[in-house]
Amino acid sequence: MRLVVHGTGKYVVRRLAQAAAVVWAAFTVTFVAIRLLPGDPVALMLSGRNGFSAPTPEQVAETRARLGLDRPLPVQYWDALADALHGDFGSSIQTGRPVSAMISETLPATLQLGAAALVLSLVAGTAVGIAANLVGAPWARQWLRSLPAVGISLPSFWVGLVLLELLSFRWRVFPSFGSTGLTGLVLPACTLALPGAALVAQVLGKSLHDTLLQPYADTLRASGAGAWRLVVGHGLRNAAIPAVTAAGLLVGHLIGGAVVVETVFSRPGLGRITQAAVGEQDLPVVQGAVVVAALAFALVNLAIDLLYPILDPRIHATTRTAGTPA
Amino acid sequence: MIDSSPIAARARRVAGAAARRPGLVLSVLVLLLTMGWVLAPDWFGGQSPTAGVAQQRLEPPSGRHPFGTDQLGRDVYARVVHAAGLSLGTALAATAIASAAGVLLGLAAGYFGRTADVVISRIVDITLSIPSVLLSLLIISALGGGTLHIAVAVAVTSVAGFSRLTRAEVLRIRTAVHVEAAALCGARWWRILARYVAPAVVGPVLGLAALDFGLVVLAVSALSFLGYGPPPPAPEWGALVASGRNYLATAWWLSTLPGLTVGVVVLAANRLSRALETERSRA
Amino acid sequence: MTEPRQVLEVRGLRVTYRSRSGRVSAVDGAGLTVTAGQITAVVGESGSGKTSTAHAVLGLLPPTGRIEAGSIRLRGQELVGLSRRAWQHIRGAQIGLVPQDPAVSLDPLTPIGRHVAEVLRIHGLATRATAPDRAVELLAEAGIPDAAARARQYPHELSGGLRQRVLIAMATAARPALLIADEPTSALDVTVQRQILDHLDTLVSTGDLAILLVTHDLAVVAQRAQHVVVMSHGQVVEAGPTSEVLTDPRTGYTRRLIADAPGLHSRRLRPSAPAAPPAAEAPAPGPLLTVDHLGLSYPAHRTRGRDRPARPAVDDVSFTIPARTTLGLVGESGSGKTSLARLILGLARPDTGTIRLDGRDITALRRRDLRTVHRRVQLIYQNPYASLNPYFTVDELVGEPLRNYGIGDRAGRAQRIGELLDSVALPAGIRRRRAAELSGGQRQRVAIARALALNPDLLVCDEPVSALDVTVQAQILQLLVDLQQRYGLTYLFISHDLAVVRQIADRVAVMRGGRLVELATTDDIFAAPRHPYTRALLDAIPNQKDPSWNLD
Repeated sequence: MRLVVHGTGKYVVRRLAQAAAVVWAAFTVTFVAIRLLPGDPVALMLSGRNGFSAPTPEQVAETRARLGLDRPLPVQYWDALADALHGDFGSSIQTGRPVSAMISETLPATLQLGAAALVLSLVAGTAVGIAANLVGAPWARQWLRSLPAVGISLPSFWVGLVLLELLSFRWRVFPSFGSTGLTGLVLPACTLALPGAALVAQVLGKSLHDTLLQPYADTLRASGAGAWRLVVGHGLRNAAIPAVTAAGLLVGHLIGGAVVVETVFSRPGLGRITQAAVGEQDLPVVQGAVVVAALAFALVNLAIDLLYPILDPRIHATTRTAGTPA
Repeated sequence: MIDSSPIAARARRVAGAAARRPGLVLSVLVLLLTMGWVLAPDWFGGQSPTAGVAQQRLEPPSGRHPFGTDQLGRDVYARVVHAAGLSLGTALAATAIASAAGVLLGLAAGYFGRTADVVISRIVDITLSIPSVLLSLLIISALGGGTLHIAVAVAVTSVAGFSRLTRAEVLRIRTAVHVEAAALCGARWWRILARYVAPAVVGPVLGLAALDFGLVVLAVSALSFLGYGPPPPAPEWGALVASGRNYLATAWWLSTLPGLTVGVVVLAANRLSRALETERSRA
Repeated sequence: MTEPRQVLEVRGLRVTYRSRSGRVSAVDGAGLTVTAGQITAVVGESGSGKTSTAHAVLGLLPPTGRIEAGSIRLRGQELVGLSRRAWQHIRGAQIGLVPQDPAVSLDPLTPIGRHVAEVLRIHGLATRATAPDRAVELLAEAGIPDAAARARQYPHELSGGLRQRVLIAMATAARPALLIADEPTSALDVTVQRQILDHLDTLVSTGDLAILLVTHDLAVVAQRAQHVVVMSHGQVVEAGPTSEVLTDPRTGYTRRLIADAPGLHSRRLRPSAPAAPPAAEAPAPGPLLTVDHLGLSYPAHRTRGRDRPARPAVDDVSFTIPARTTLGLVGESGSGKTSLARLILGLARPDTGTIRLDGRDITALRRRDLRTVHRRVQLIYQNPYASLNPYFTVDELVGEPLRNYGIGDRAGRAQRIGELLDSVALPAGIRRRRAAELSGGQRQRVAIARALALNPDLLVCDEPVSALDVTVQAQILQLLVDLQQRYGLTYLFISHDLAVVRQIADRVAVMRGGRLVELATTDDIFAAPRHPYTRALLDAIPNQKDPSWNLD
């Protein structure tokens, strides 16, 4: 028993280190993208301040010195990394406010939206995935199986607008733009959840289908097990691993989707300020948002990695890919 | 007898297969139609996408204007048709960049030993550590907006998929019994790469490219919806939806119909990729 | 003795499958009866319809399959046309299934005790509280040692034989009248096979249960079944008491099946053409292959959650093969036979020892030198389909070695390919086909033709016939014997099946756990095995104990 605990502890530590490495990589990518790609943030920043007059070389040099941009790149990188570890991503070029403050103000609204959408996608996706394997009528099966493809194909900015058009403007069931209350959450959460639900339904449906073709499903059928016992009692757990992996991807979709959905519904949130910052090339804000997103993404995938050994006893804490037992 | 000629038999077989899968036939027709929009927008679009008729502002869909008109009296259908070139061109460029880069990286990672594999796989993994929309936004904020930059920004998020698929296929084929048998028959590495590995990689990559194309169309239109696309006079699907947003309460067709077009095209690409996939797994 | 009770009666059964070119018939008017207290065997080659018949009886045809006509009566009750719900009261309760491959037939995420308990719960034979204890009893009954502790284990923690016992416990939990055993031992090692068959024997001996045993193995039939049904092309060609059918077959098909079954009459095959004088006159030269103290270990690693210490795959193995002779190499899975083959071909490097070909040390050659070795030593794989590039035509496959070694020009190669195909008795008409368009036997012939292309001296045959039906198996073995005589080949013939080895080998080496436990002439091995393990392997060949089946 002690050996197992020991192995699991090592596994957790290793996954934690991997998650940290992933966030560090994301930070480095943003740093490299911002410093090395063409486009001069300082010139942009000054032109914004001065109105129409072009910045003088002295102004540029002075600003560069103030921001520390005249130092060698490794030094800049090291300082930026140290600051980021303390939660300091510098200040917005547009507003001059600290990026960390902007993020912490908008994060709760986005988390609320994301959590609601996550729950919706998991519930709806699981239901459709199971139903597609449970119903008897071939036409219903076919229909349920092609449903996810539709959900994935519809652009979410368009789905949001159609929902707004119908439910807010035409039938006035839900408030339209800018509302933050619970009723205001319904339409954005549904919009954000749709592609995610489709993804879960697709992966779970396919995985369940494959599971039910395995020889052991025949053993269970030959024991007199009915469809429900087969699909829900045995299939679901065996099909869970691809679906849980998909749920990890789903969080990435939700984070990205929040940018679009918050823009469509004019909801204040992290996505909204990111959308604005990209348009203004407000690089510190973009960097902060990207690193926060990568952090959330890494944490969720860490949680999922830790879930695998619980879901499947064959996956020992040290290996993620289990072969079929021979 | 006419029926016994091989061409007629073949045609009947194709027709039979088509009748069994009406969704696939419809998808191919949709993709052919949009291809027509790209190649001959004037012929398909009919009216001018940029010149508006002042008296016909914000008209709902009708026989004369199938998708209605916008606030300047421009025909929305013509704008959608003319936007196809830019939207699909950007998406095609992105898919081409992503698949070419991904396949090369995947081949190298799978074939040239452990060091190459570790280095390439780590670099590819990094692009997966950032949610794809945000990675695109990061690149756009560094490069600035515009068609080419959007294509690059979207392509970067797709490279990992192609690279991983190619690598996995190469590793699978490399250890396959028939490749070992080829080595015993004296085949050298370049011959194995060209005649054993490459043919096995082409099918899955094409399948993924078709699937990816649909997702790329979505991503490109989302980015231009957010306002990073080409500047206004040039029509683009996502931008058309965005511009219709201000008239949501009064002129539903302005954003609904261009958006629906995007959805239908993506759905068709999805359907085609699924058909390619099943065809391959059956062969 | 009471009158035999008929448990199952199948009449005029027709089963078809949907395929791209319409519906294909798999079972065409088959009929059979199964009696309580007996094992009734259904034998036939792959595609004979035996498995479809068994699945139809269970109501478990795949979605593309359909019963077109006929009747299946279980203790008088008609099963054809039952509703989905009604079937659930038949399956598990009145008919149990022992499936083919125990490795994949248990839900990997459910402990074995719960598997059995679930059957009891489905059929209302135990409550939530009593089911686990009852399951442990049933597992113990099925011969699982320490059943109470084992019940909490997951399938991957059990050996293949124990898993098959779990499946038998599940199949018999509800005390069904009929047990369908679908090739129940073909995925198990011979020594385990015997234990499982013994267990099935005890189950029928109580007199209440009937077993329908689906198998391709006539040796198993001869030893275990009281009644046999021979199927071919969806029809029953012969049926009757096993002793009658096997000793006095009425139809040509059954006769051929019996003649081709190695387990029943194993003897050394002779070349079909009389020996050519030069080959016979050539004095026996020195050994072609000499293997000296060869050793290979796999490093310590973890698989499936268990620490595996460094394990010798090949442990201090020495032997020689004289030119133009065949050494049979026998052992169960994991005994190291395949590792040994890979070492000889240079596909793996030994930790210790040397390999010499005609006196030349070929132990750890560089890739370039290995190419020269492969001109003289070639390999024939177990699964011909996997060993052939699916994108190549037969022409390209057989011509590949010629091309790679730059032998001949285009026309010369085409002619040589023709000769090679001719020597393995393949028609020239298949030269444009790909592997997927060939039968299993044809594929193996293509693989043999490819191996012969470079005029090698030594062919390493790794289970070359175990993926083939018996009749095809017999043809390929005969071909190998003929080719040996014609080209003066030397064989290292690897097999798990002593009966097959007996047909082709001059000498036999027995491996176990990486070690060579016995090496002697084929006659000596069969007449006077010295090592207890060799004796155990021989005991597992059914007819060895029962001379009445020796049909020679």
